Formats: sequence, C-alpha cells, structure tokens
Amino acid sequence: MPGNPITGIVSKMASGGAPSDVLEKLYNSYIQEFGLDKPLYIQFWDYLVKVLHGDLGVSFSLYPIRVNEILAKALPWTIALQVPSIIIGWLLGNFLGVTAAYKKGKFDSVLFPFSLFISCIPYYCLAIILLYFFGVVLHILPTNGGYSMNLVPSFSISFILDVLKHYFLPFLSIVLVTIGGQAVGMREMSIYELNTDYVNYSKSLGIKESKIIRYVFRNAMLPQITGLALSLGTMVGGALIVEIVFSYPGVGTWLFNGIRQQDYPLIQGGTLLVTMAVLTANFFIDIIYSFVDPRIKASQIEE
Amino acid sequence: MKTLRILFSSGKVVFGLSVFLFLFIGSITFTALSSKDPTEMVGNLYDSPSKEYPLGTDNFGRDVLVELIHGIKTSVIVGLSAGILATLIGTIIGTIAGFTGKWVDNVLNSLTNLFLVIPSFVILVLLAVSLQKRSLFLVTMVIGITSWPWTARAVRAQASSLKTREHISMAKLNGKGNLNIMFTEVLPYMLSYIFMVFVIQSAGGILNEAGLSMLGLGPENTISLGVMLSWALNFEAVRTGAWWAFFPAVFSIAVITFSLYLVNIGMDEVFNPRLRK
Repeated sequence: MPGNPITGIVSKMASGGAPSDVLEKLYNSYIQEFGLDKPLYIQFWDYLVKVLHGDLGVSFSLYPIRVNEILAKALPWTIALQVPSIIIGWLLGNFLGVTAAYKKGKFDSVLFPFSLFISCIPYYCLAIILLYFFGVVLHILPTNGGYSMNLVPSFSISFILDVLKHYFLPFLSIVLVTIGGQAVGMREMSIYELNTDYVNYSKSLGIKESKIIRYVFRNAMLPQITGLALSLGTMVGGALIVEIVFSYPGVGTWLFNGIRQQDYPLIQGGTLLVTMAVLTANFFIDIIYSFVDPRIKASQIEE
Repeated sequence: MKTLRILFSSGKVVFGLSVFLFLFIGSITFTALSSKDPTEMVGNLYDSPSKEYPLGTDNFGRDVLVELIHGIKTSVIVGLSAGILATLIGTIIGTIAGFTGKWVDNVLNSLTNLFLVIPSFVILVLLAVSLQKRSLFLVTMVIGITSWPWTARAVRAQASSLKTREHISMAKLNGKGNLNIMFTEVLPYMLSYIFMVFVIQSAGGILNEAGLSMLGLGPENTISLGVMLSWALNFEAVRTGAWWAFFPAVFSIAVITFSLYLVNIGMDEVFNPRLRK
C-alpha cells in the first residue's frame, strides 16, 4: 500500500496549525518511536520479540492507543458472534443433511437445491440482503453497531435486549449460510452411508427410523468434523466481513478500519489474532475428534 | 466424446454450464460490442431505476446495468484465472506428493497441511495489503496462490490411490521414467476429478475477490462485482434503501457460484458410481 502512515498522523496534528519545523521534529520523533529508521530486519526482529511478550505495538490511526487494547475490546464481540453461530449452523446443517438423504423424496428435492443455493451466497451477501429487508424495508431491527449509541454498556435488562436485537441479523446470516453448506456436504456423506450393510441390516430388523438416522449421523459426521477443521479459516474470514456490513464492533470491523487507514500494527495484530484463534479452534476440534471416533485413540495407544 | 455425452446427460451439468456460459459470453460480447463506458456519470447519486437506466445509478451516478455487465466479466475472469492457477499449483504438488510417496510426500504433505490450517483469508489480506499497486492481474495471482492447498490435498489422495494400480506397475516394469508415468498413466486418470476441483476453485476465486473488495483490498481502477458491493456499502446504499446498487451484484455472485457448484455436483453424480441413481 502506498503512502507513509506517519505522514497521516502528523498531518492530523498539523490541522491544528503548527509551524513546519515543529512538524518536522514531530515526524522524526514518531519515526524513531515506531522504529521506522532502523533497517527492515531489525524492525522485524523487534516486532517478533514484542509479539512474544504479548505486545502488538501502538496503533497508527488511533495513536497513542495500543493495538492490544483495541483488540481486547473487539474480541469478545467476535467470539460471541462467531462461535455460537458456526456451531449451531453446523449442527442444524448436518441434521438436515442426514434427514434429506434418508427421507429422499419431496423433503430432499426441496431442501437440497435450497441449501445448495444458500450455501453459494457468501455470508456478507446474505447479510446485506437481511440487513436491507429487516432493517430498512421492515424497520424492525437495528442496522448497525453492537448496541444503540444512546445506551451505556451495563448488565441491565434493557441493554441486554438491545444487544440481542443488534446480534440477531449478523447471527442469522452466518447460521443460514453454514446450514446450507453443511447440509449439502452431510447429504452426500449420508448417501454413502445409506448403502452400507449395517443400514440395510437395521432396516430389515425393523429398527425405528429415527434410530437408524442416528446411526448414520454418527458415522457420516466424522468426515464432517474434519471438514469443519479445514474450512474453519474460510468460515471465520467470511464471518469477519459480516461484521463490516453491520459495523459490528468486532475484530473484522477493526481490521477493515486498519486497512482503510493503513494502520499496519492494527492489521498485523488483527490477522495474528485471527490466525491464533483458528489454530486454537483446530486444536480443540482434533481433541474432540478423538473422543467422537475411539479408533483414533486406539491406534495411537497401539503405537 | 463418450465422456462428454454422459456428462451432458446430467441435467445439472447442462443447466449450470448454460447459465454460466450465458453470463460469461454475454458479458464479454456486450463489453466488446457496446461503447458504453461503465465509469461515465450519467445521473445523480442513486437515481432509482427508470426506462433509460433499468437498474438506476450508483453512488457516482453511473449506470448500474452497464457496470454490472462489466463487473460480471471481470469477476468471472478473475475466478477462472485464479482457478486455473490454484489448480495448476495444487495438481503439480499433489501429483508429485501422492505418486512419489516416501519423504517427498511427507515434506509436501506437511507443507500443504500447514497452508490449509493457516486461514488463507489472513494470507490473502496480508499479501494484498503489502502490494504497492493492486492491479487486477496481481489480485488474481494472490487469490490463486493462496487457494492451492485444497487442490493439492484432493489430488494427492487420488494420486496415491492410483499408485498401487496394476497399469502403473506395468509401466514401471516397461522401464518408463517417473515423470513419464505421471503424465501418461496418472494424470489422464484424474482429469475429470481435476476438472471438478477447477470448477470449485473458480467459484472460490469469485468469492475471494468479492471478499477482498469488501475489505477495501480489491483490484484498483476496475469494476468487479465485489468492488460494486464495497462501493454500495461504503456509500450507504443499503441503509438509504437504494437496493438497485447492491442487489444485482449480490444476485449475480450467488447465481454464478451456484451454476458452478451445480456443474460440480452434476459431474460428481456422473463420475461417482455410488451417487449414480
């Protein structure tokens, strides 16, 4: 990206009307403070040392606020939005996928093209449409932010209700698209499973439908768990953009602000945080996988 | 030829392909024949649809319909090119890893897994931020380069299962070199599969371009569907009710990716005997 961010900070101060030699001094002191006068590899080394100490540096655009502070405020919003919506969407989608594969017929022929179409819409596109429909046309839900500007964050009932109102649309757009994508994948997995011997045997024994679906669900779910681990990065990326659509006060919106204002420390900090979060989530999914599929644990014990 | 005939017996493939080709070829012909400049300002801020401008005007007072057609062309070209790049890199790495096995496979597979787990979204953002100028070509390259791991993983699985087939052993006994076997005995057997991966990667490329543009990291001086969306969002088209400024782009993205997914699913049903009805 072209342009020097320090010039931005200094010119912001210059709008107060300071003489040019003062600006020059200011410019130099900032260059020194951010360490921009040092060679690139030393800057990089300094950055690494700082990051390992948990220090993400100072934001360019919101100088002198630290990136840690900004992200610490944003992270709870993002986690509260993404974790429940991805988990709920994933569970509902898988359940619908199995049912569609098992029931076939009308249920499948309606649900399948619908889930396929909805899974092709990126989160943020659906978010824009929901925002327009519920927020602008129907006027029943707020169109931006995490809570109303005239309220002070507190644990009062009115504030919580207000937060939930703002939460609903971004949540819905992530859940719907996740359901679509998962249902399509799960349907295919279940079709494989339905041809297996244990399903035919259970059917001939006259076992209840809901019980067979549960068997199939448990077996077809395994690849879906791996799939979740692998596509988590893409999902989180898309969900971060949903925040931008709603100006939701999470990491995605801050990342967007950082990009617009060439705030490199904020961009680096935000992307680092997202990467760490996705890697941690992957780690937990791996652990959960070994509980769901005992064969994994057994094979490791043998080794 | 026979493969093609089977392919076109699938309604999903035919329908998806026709929609996709209609939009792609239509937009290319229009932009080639029409002298209408998508960046020309013909009206005011968010004029509603009229007879003259069926989709109204955008925040700069430009004709949305003309922009949309140019946007579809750009987005599809970005998607296809990024798809080709991602498929190419992924196929090379996947085939070598799967077919060679041993330590080469270990190294390449760990590399692939590493890139699979790191969210490509993050790499995409960081690469795009660090570019001095974001031309259409560079953005396409960045998207292609960040999305190969999926292909590599899928192709590797195929190649390593092909490795144990008898015709490969025959070729080895005949003294064919590894490279020769890869091209004549392994790749042809995976072509249909690779093409399916390519279709999905192209859809992914279109979505990635849109995502990057929404973040303000899209191609500069070009009109793509993502760029249109990001303008609509930055100039508050949604909250002021100017649906014509964003809905056509949203709808086009959904329809294009839907048609590509449909082709992929149709092909899967044709080539995968277990899914065949």
